[in-house]
Amino acid sequence: MITIQNIKKGFSGKSVIDDVSAEFDTGKCNLIIGASGSGKTVLMKCLVGLLIPDDGDISYDAKSFSQMNTDEKKEMRRKIGMLFQGSALFDSMTVEQNILFPLDMFTNKTKAEKQKRVDEVLDRVNLSQAHKKYPAELSGGMKKRVGIARAIVLNPQYLFCDEPNSGLDPQTSLVIDKLIREITTDFNITTIINTHDMNSVMEIGDRILYMYQGKKEWEGTNKEIIFSKNERLNNFIFASEFLQDAKDMRMLEIKGKIDNSRNMDDLLK
Amino acid sequence: MNIFTRFGEFILMIKGMFTKPEQTRMYWKELMHQCTELGIGSLGIVSIISFFIGAVSTVQTSYQFVSPIISRTVIAQIVRDSVILEFAPTITCIVLAGVVGSKISSELGNMRISEQIDALEIMGINTKAYLILPKILAALFTIPLLVIIAMTLGIWGGRLVGDITGILPHEIYDRGLQIDFMPYNVTFALTKAYTFAFIITAIPAYFGYNVKGGALEIGRASTTAVVVSCVMILLADYLLAAILL
Repeated sequence: MITIQNIKKGFSGKSVIDDVSAEFDTGKCNLIIGASGSGKTVLMKCLVGLLIPDDGDISYDAKSFSQMNTDEKKEMRRKIGMLFQGSALFDSMTVEQNILFPLDMFTNKTKAEKQKRVDEVLDRVNLSQAHKKYPAELSGGMKKRVGIARAIVLNPQYLFCDEPNSGLDPQTSLVIDKLIREITTDFNITTIINTHDMNSVMEIGDRILYMYQGKKEWEGTNKEIIFSKNERLNNFIFASEFLQDAKDMRMLEIKGKIDNSRNMDDLLK
Repeated sequence: MNIFTRFGEFILMIKGMFTKPEQTRMYWKELMHQCTELGIGSLGIVSIISFFIGAVSTVQTSYQFVSPIISRTVIAQIVRDSVILEFAPTITCIVLAGVVGSKISSELGNMRISEQIDALEIMGINTKAYLILPKILAALFTIPLLVIIAMTLGIWGGRLVGDITGILPHEIYDRGLQIDFMPYNVTFALTKAYTFAFIITAIPAYFGYNVKGGALEIGRASTTAVVVSCVMILLADYLLAAILL
């Protein structure tokens, strides 16, 4: 579990994160959602230690990250895997070399053991034929999957995903969401995802934190979010008329005013 | 950001490079890779430049020495000392500041923008030690060797051109090379080479590592890195000459 308490962060006197506290559960997909500029990425960078909060505390399984010394932070970071928005693959290395890199750097396994582990993780993300390809030869979805493979190769306890679906088509987004969900539950890791994608929110959002202008505006589950009465959250998630219609329909369904066994053909008639 | 802030950041960057390597084997591999990139990769351009510098020096020195009372061996002495003291270390390093400096700056800048440096940091790797230190060490190993090659090729270029054009037969040239030769000049040139090697890797690394923004900023950082490196080379050149000669 990751706990953040009263985190504050600002740049040049302008507050970006303002007194945010939250808990992110183990074995769950914890989502941070919010509009662009709401402070999601800054909060995530504070969580992984790329930025130092101006105030507040971050704890990984009750161990305060803020109070760790450099060596302890280094040790902690080895338990963290991160998928970046642009994948951040090393473009001079092949897929295989990208995934081997953390193994070469932090383990003393034999070459055969390392190769076995690379094969395992690439198989896990359904990329068993991409060993010798360079990042430039991969599609956006494949890059994300290689990013996930690299993030999990050292068996992390915490997985951070910054906009895992940005730039991907809806079908590939679903594949990535499913993969993150499986990895989270299979390995019982604490996963934190920054996203704008409402589909991800509904699919994998076990716990959701909604940020608005640097503050925590709402917290709950994907079951609760659709019925939230928070106006700002509603404006954010039902930004499109389509989603508003979907919500209205769901409400009618719940009230028993329409049959929830309908299918698309019925609706289109 | 004023010059003192930048200088402070630069010093902190240098200080931050010295930590225990996470895996010595990986750092060694990176060092060897950088030696190949910076050393072998620059050999071609250094060879061409130094050969022609020596050749042009012979032709121009000969052109200016028309007096019959001055021995022709002086031409070789002038070419030798010019090449060893100035052309080989300084001109070679100014060219390398452009070639190597822009490469280092844009490589690190691109890694910064595309979050590759953040990815390494997240893994718990000291990115200053892993990305910058091997480049500086590789330059300290290879650039003095390139300067020695430049000296040899410069002097040889002068000899060859003098012989081919008939300006200065190689017997006279060879005799001139041995007159009043001061081994200290080579020591001085190598001192310059080590100093310039540090400048042409550390300064571009600083500008590339600290890039913020996008592709445009990478370009700006590369240009600034090359300009600052060249100015620093010239400044260091003057200071070393004033102190050591």
